[in-house]
Amino acid sequence: MRDVAVIGAGITKFGERWDTSFRDLCTEAGIAALEDANVAGEQIDALFVGSMSAGRFVGQEHVGALVADYVGLGGDLHTPATRVEAACASGGLAFRQAVAAVSSGMSDVVIAAGVEKMTDVGDSTDVLAGAADREWESFAGATFPGLYAMIACDYMHKYGLTREQLAQVSVKNHYHGARNPFAQFQNEITQSTVMNSTLVASPLRLFDCSPVSDGAAVVVVCPLEKAREFTDTPIRVLASAQAGDTIALHDRPDFSTMGATVAAGNSAFRQAKLERKDIDFVEVHDCFTIAELCAIEDLGFVPKGTAGKFTEQGETQLGGRLPVNTSGGLKACGHPVGATGIKQIWEVVQQLRGEGGKRQVEGAEIGMTQNVGGTGATVVSHIFGRA
Amino acid sequence: MSEEPAQPLYRTSSGGPEMTVARFWREIPQRYNMVGTKCDTCGDVFFPPRAICPHCRRDGKIVPCQFSGKGKVLTYSILSAASDQFSALKPYVLAIIELEEGTRVTSHLICEPDEVHIGMPVKSVFRVLDREGSDGIIHYGTKFVPDI
Repeated sequence: MRDVAVIGAGITKFGERWDTSFRDLCTEAGIAALEDANVAGEQIDALFVGSMSAGRFVGQEHVGALVADYVGLGGDLHTPATRVEAACASGGLAFRQAVAAVSSGMSDVVIAAGVEKMTDVGDSTDVLAGAADREWESFAGATFPGLYAMIACDYMHKYGLTREQLAQVSVKNHYHGARNPFAQFQNEITQSTVMNSTLVASPLRLFDCSPVSDGAAVVVVCPLEKAREFTDTPIRVLASAQAGDTIALHDRPDFSTMGATVAAGNSAFRQAKLERKDIDFVEVHDCFTIAELCAIEDLGFVPKGTAGKFTEQGETQLGGRLPVNTSGGLKACGHPVGATGIKQIWEVVQQLRGEGGKRQVEGAEIGMTQNVGGTGATVVSHIFGRA
Repeated sequence: MSEEPAQPLYRTSSGGPEMTVARFWREIPQRYNMVGTKCDTCGDVFFPPRAICPHCRRDGKIVPCQFSGKGKVLTYSILSAASDQFSALKPYVLAIIELEEGTRVTSHLICEPDEVHIGMPVKSVFRVLDREGSDGIIHYGTKFVPDI
């Protein structure tokens, strides 16, 4: 097994990109990443593309080939391209495939892309419901906000989490998003913005929910030993972990604990030979505010039931003990589902290079990501450090 | 409180092809009568039915199991926003219900939104789930109501 490094990263502005097509998004992020990595097309051995549901969002399957073609790797170079799907964890999983391809020795320079074009379709709620158990959750009327709302209901009942503490996750993520020029929402909000927003699925309100977004993000990996041929600031992959769980939320023993996050997190820390206190910042999957609280608990940063208080005390904001989602998270940066896992890695790269601008975590040396598919049936987690 | 959609609802609003009726009739025993399965090796019960016991795997012995339809609410949410085919029901209660035999199901719970609470006893009822496609084919199945 070879050590792997990220040598380049690129992203599009996330948001309602009415003027930009699926393929345009990939091209925009792809060019940015390849220029950043200083890699030529001939040097690229393979491409992995994470997309949750291009088939239902834009009626396009076979998007590995499409993306390769339009970033200039198809016709002349015949570069192999593979689509990867694990609902909202598709991006993180595409990255893990790229790491495996390089680590194994099969390939040297590999691209991991994530993309979703969600605003071309009317009923995105129904498309997203396909990430749950279609026949035994979605057919019963379950939506994604509804499923995470049932996690929140269970959590509040067990641990006494307040509505105000939950709102603070969104307030904090908007504070970070206001400092990220690629974020969909770059405005700060207050607790009352969240508390007075329209109810979606009790207890969750509109400002507890990540938005519908268009966007793409791309990173380039290669063997660590070759990384300095391309860049002076390679970022080392210290751990790549993935874990699974039951497809339906109702089959989990504890709705407020994401078993796959616990398993993937433990595996990642074992691989990296690091402890929780070694992590300087983390990008987690806050598709809904409650998910961020569960994530930082299930990764082992704080005891179960205490993440609300930890957040309320400002510990997850820039300057706190554990900055969480400096990109703005899914809530403020936006959540083009297939792109999110790669965006998290893009953000870690910015931070570890010291290029985080107004949202830079001071002295950032080790960063972690956690990317969730569905209500936790797939979780992908990575740890990165400066090389 | 709305028990049945007032007008035909279409599942495929986002442009995908309509499903054939087979997707529903192949599950009629489960959807109409709550027939699941049980593993005779470890005693765990499954609804919807599983063909493989996740605990015993190849050592499991799967047999049919009839559920009583009685249970209690473990967690819930009142949905004010829904995908297009459930839009006419808003607001509606979604719940995870633990059946008295031990397994859990996600279901629409037919009751007033302010009536639902954790621990609430409920029982299954036979209802219209929705109507599909331009022909309005009706899907029947199980929902839950308070067990008073």
